[in-house]
Amino acid sequence: MNPAILEVSGLSVALPPGADRPFAVEDAAFELRRGEILCVVGESGSGKSVLSSAIMGAPPKGLRVTSGSIRLGGQELTGLPDRALRRIRGNRIAMIFQEPMAALNPAVPVGKQVEEVFELHARLPAAERRERAVKLLAETHLPDPARIAQAYPHQLSGGQCQRVIIAMALAMEPEVLIADEPTTALDVTTQAQVLKLVRELRDVRGHGILFITHDFGVVADVADRIAVMSKGRIVEIGEASRILAAPEHPYTKSLIAAVPSLTPPPRAPMSEASTEALAVDGVTKRYAGVTALDDVSLRLDRGEILTIVGESGCGKSTLARVIVCLTKPTTGSVTVEKPGEAALDRTARRADRRHVQMIFQDPFGSLNPRRAVGDIIARAAMLGGADRKTATSRAAALLAEVGLSREAYARRPGAFSGGQRQRIGIARALAMEPGFVIADECVSALDVSVQAQILDLLRRLQSELRLGILFITHDLRVAAQLSDRIAVMKGGKIVEEGPAEALLSAPADPYTRRLFEAAPGRGVV
Amino acid sequence: MTAGVLRQIAGRPTAAIGAALVGGWILVAIFAGIIAPYDPLHSMQPLVLPGGHGAAGEAHWLGTDYLGRDILSRLVVGARSVIVLASAATLTAYLVGIAGGLAAGYSRGWIDSVLSFIANVILSFPILVLYIVVIVAIGASGANVILAVTFGSAPAIFRIVRAITMDIASRDFVAASVIQGETVLRILAVDILPNATGPLTVDFCLRLGYTAITIGALGFLGLGLPPPTPDWGGMVNEGRTLAFAYPHLVLFPCLAISSLVLGLSLLADGLRAGVGASR
Repeated sequence: MNPAILEVSGLSVALPPGADRPFAVEDAAFELRRGEILCVVGESGSGKSVLSSAIMGAPPKGLRVTSGSIRLGGQELTGLPDRALRRIRGNRIAMIFQEPMAALNPAVPVGKQVEEVFELHARLPAAERRERAVKLLAETHLPDPARIAQAYPHQLSGGQCQRVIIAMALAMEPEVLIADEPTTALDVTTQAQVLKLVRELRDVRGHGILFITHDFGVVADVADRIAVMSKGRIVEIGEASRILAAPEHPYTKSLIAAVPSLTPPPRAPMSEASTEALAVDGVTKRYAGVTALDDVSLRLDRGEILTIVGESGCGKSTLARVIVCLTKPTTGSVTVEKPGEAALDRTARRADRRHVQMIFQDPFGSLNPRRAVGDIIARAAMLGGADRKTATSRAAALLAEVGLSREAYARRPGAFSGGQRQRIGIARALAMEPGFVIADECVSALDVSVQAQILDLLRRLQSELRLGILFITHDLRVAAQLSDRIAVMKGGKIVEEGPAEALLSAPADPYTRRLFEAAPGRGVV
Repeated sequence: MTAGVLRQIAGRPTAAIGAALVGGWILVAIFAGIIAPYDPLHSMQPLVLPGGHGAAGEAHWLGTDYLGRDILSRLVVGARSVIVLASAATLTAYLVGIAGGLAAGYSRGWIDSVLSFIANVILSFPILVLYIVVIVAIGASGANVILAVTFGSAPAIFRIVRAITMDIASRDFVAASVIQGETVLRILAVDILPNATGPLTVDFCLRLGYTAITIGALGFLGLGLPPPTPDWGGMVNEGRTLAFAYPHLVLFPCLAISSLVLGLSLLADGLRAGVGASR
């Protein structure tokens, strides 16, 4: 077993008075060895990011380390003056961030930004700095590193930017790397490549890596050991294989149980022939020379969940906007078909919005912060044709239906958590009693346990109200659990479509296969 | 405006000073009839020094002007006109600016192009020259001061409101209203305007100060309220030629203008911090 390079014991970080708990991190103790990846797993607010910033010697403003010790290679870090800490940061402990684009200076070529690390920590001649920067970029497997060194961040993809950040972190050959959700902002296929690079850093260069994440799939892919955090405490720590197979702490158990499986559950076949359908016919959308949607055709029956899976930029959100009439397609049409009636085209659906409603991705941006949530829902009901009295009682009933208390009616969105707001968004969409609902990444901003509750709620409402749901996601696990059918999108086209079980067990298209293989934690959780 | 914002103001000494200055002047304006010791238009002994007494033994705390009118009384009554005029002018400028800004920012397209062009043309003139041109063209009176200030400052307000509207209109809750078939007017009134009040309140306060200065400047140039109505800018102008011998003629009206404008600026700073903290 390799020697420990980072030893943390009894570490507590106090929250300011009036917070919901006294400590952001309480009595944390663990050690990190050379050539090891220790994953710190927890949901939002568990204190995992505060823990990492405390180790970096820079806890968030207003928080301070109250007790405990952090030893790096035997040297105590707590209580060191800022000057000494600055020499350690970036030099012996380096950090990799969640938002690679935000962590890079947009006005400086990335090669220069890697060189700046040497300027801070080592006196090297300019030519050697440049040479080493390019070498580092090459080590992170960036293609044509000499050219990429000249590029500005906006000219690179998210995955390439993250490789640049990793190159900067590696510059001074630090003993410890702290990676805070380094792949959360990336697409699955890119994530798989970055995770591979992280494993390589451990195996080839022997860094000790503290890897912070909320995603058990990612944990299963990279972790040697796992520390599970809840409400500021490390509730369980141990070998990865043991914790994934036989978690002991109830919280760990519930977290692992909440991870949606990649195997779809058995689903009853659709009972009767459907009465209504949403039909997308040959929809193409071009913006200023860019084709966002290329001849997309889909059919969604009432009572069915069709999931569109794709990576960022594949056109899935544009498709949602076209269906709800926020964007006009360049060619093609979206209609609602009812047996024995004329199909409702765009004009008809714009005049009567009751057919298709939408649930949004961002629970914080999709509710007007200045209005009481009951009023928001009641207004939707009134726009759907209800009178004020009916609308008010329907709003109250819907709030109860999505699992919120009676008191929620008069409160504003600011008083609710992300998961609760998403419930409110669902209630608003249902207030007009639509036949079809478009849900655009509506669980991707949520913690797994909350995500599981929202998916349950959606499934229940879908079968009770016989809704047709078009669910849009980048997450194959969610798609596997929720869908009757799955369509895979790439570059504005649907590359493959079929029943969930058939598609997941035997994908035909090469891109679909690549997407499935990239799903983190495949075969483990 | 929430209780949280008010608490923020109370917690900041500079903002509290600002609120006290502005509040003080508002009280003076409301109770001008009670506070003013004499009729501001009544001539007594001219050029009495501050603290001196007139021929009949009347006390003049701030002295009298070249026509023997009590300066304190003129300042107190003048506060009423400057506060009423500045508020009315800023409010009408805001009405015009908000209406235009909402229309341009939400619709974009040709409405935005036309309105932005008009605003840019007006903004390309030096603002004081613009005021003078307008007042000279339509004559000096209270209503015309309001008109001139509206004309001059609505374009700047328009630009702020337009930018905020564009930002808010891109949020999902506006998209949700559109998908539900909400009317444009209601989206503007319920979704967009209430979410823009924070920055607009701060700007309103600052602009009120600018307007007070403008009204002073117009008065100084003889383009404000026609004499003999008490007017701070006009008082500075009237005392200008005698200012070396009798500085009190100019000093007190200047102090009045600066204290009101300073108060508004400090208050705006406090509001800015309060609005930021309550977000």
